Amino acid sequence: MDNINHHLTDQLLLSYAAGTLPEAFSLVLATHISMCDECRARLGAFETVGGAMLEASVDNATEVDLASTLKLIAGGPKDPILVKPLAQKRESRVFPQALTNYVGGDLASVKWRSVGMGVRQSILKTSGEATVRLLHIPAGCAVPDHGHRGLELTLVLQGAFRDETDRFARGDIEVANEDMEHTPVAEEGMDCICLAATDAPLRFNGIVPRIAQPFLRI
Amino acid sequence: MTEETRWVMMVGYIRDNQDQKAFAELFGHFAPRVKSFLMKSGADAGMAEECAQEVMATLWHKAHLFDPTRASVATWVFTIARNKRIDMLRKQRRPEPDELTWGPEAEPDAAEVVEIQQESVRLAAALAELPEKQRDLVQKAFFGDLSHSEIAEETGLPLGTIKSRIRLALERLRHAMK
Ligand SMILES: [Zn+2]
Ligand SMILES: [Zn+2]
Repeated sequence: MDNINHHLTDQLLLSYAAGTLPEAFSLVLATHISMCDECRARLGAFETVGGAMLEASVDNATEVDLASTLKLIAGGPKDPILVKPLAQKRESRVFPQALTNYVGGDLASVKWRSVGMGVRQSILKTSGEATVRLLHIPAGCAVPDHGHRGLELTLVLQGAFRDETDRFARGDIEVANEDMEHTPVAEEGMDCICLAATDAPLRFNGIVPRIAQPFLRI
Repeated sequence: MTEETRWVMMVGYIRDNQDQKAFAELFGHFAPRVKSFLMKSGADAGMAEECAQEVMATLWHKAHLFDPTRASVATWVFTIARNKRIDMLRKQRRPEPDELTWGPEAEPDAAEVVEIQQESVRLAAALAELPEKQRDLVQKAFFGDLSHSEIAEETGLPLGTIKSRIRLALERLRHAMK
């Protein structure tokens, strides 16, 4: 198990348990929870709240047709009964299975595109109001100083970065919102790979990144 | 036997014997709840009916995946309904965390199963005791009526109030995962 110091907030876990997060954020949460038993247990507790809500959703006037449901069952499962992906040996791969499903493989399968200053990214396909990308930040390099118009979640998958607030290593998640401006810098020694989701474009403070932004889609 | 442990038994009958009587009993309790739940989260009656039927059919087909040491039947049905809602109403995929490897299958400890099954009942009671305004907020969060930023803005979501119950649920789950 990774030694994780930065976890998901109650609000994020509640929204994920409720199923109201955009897919891009859900992917970051699923990936973190795959690496973190602490947040897995907390998610279970919030889902128990959901079970309690369902139990309380009683309305005597509501009926569902049993006969049609039995017919539906006789027709066989609608989608294949997939067993959830099994956790693999955690040392052997960089990505948990939840993320591998979106990339189509482990780290070696990522199709990177340069975004300048040594940083590379790969945007993953999700639907909904937010976007998610993998970021590759060479050891010792910085992501340009920026603020946020919305919510940004950054999960470290390899290496570590530091910013004004703290140090983030494998499994750690940083939750940034409007009030926060930061310059994440990858630590020396190992390139840093992150999974980052945002529901609004970042706001860069330097003139060069701002001009480049429309081309980079970050 | 409590109602909750009875539901666990019924799911077992479906898994082991494709028992239609057991299914009808579960259906009578959960199908109307799933349908009301979906209507409260914005589905019209037709869509909610179709979804509820599919949720109950999934319960039948996936009975072998239910683990009574980790969730109550109500909680399990809730997660199936939630995923169906994401799929049908929001047309999005639901990324799921990797399943834990549990090691050699052990016969679940009966006392532990009862405890886990009771938890959602106790939580429901704790929710019912909340002042109406606070209960409303928790419901809105679950039915998707609050955006994430609204939830994050400390709308006074009474997580603190139900926290003691959540903490207990959490302790049990942590224990179950050891
Ligand atoms: Zn965590
Ligand atoms: Zn940022």
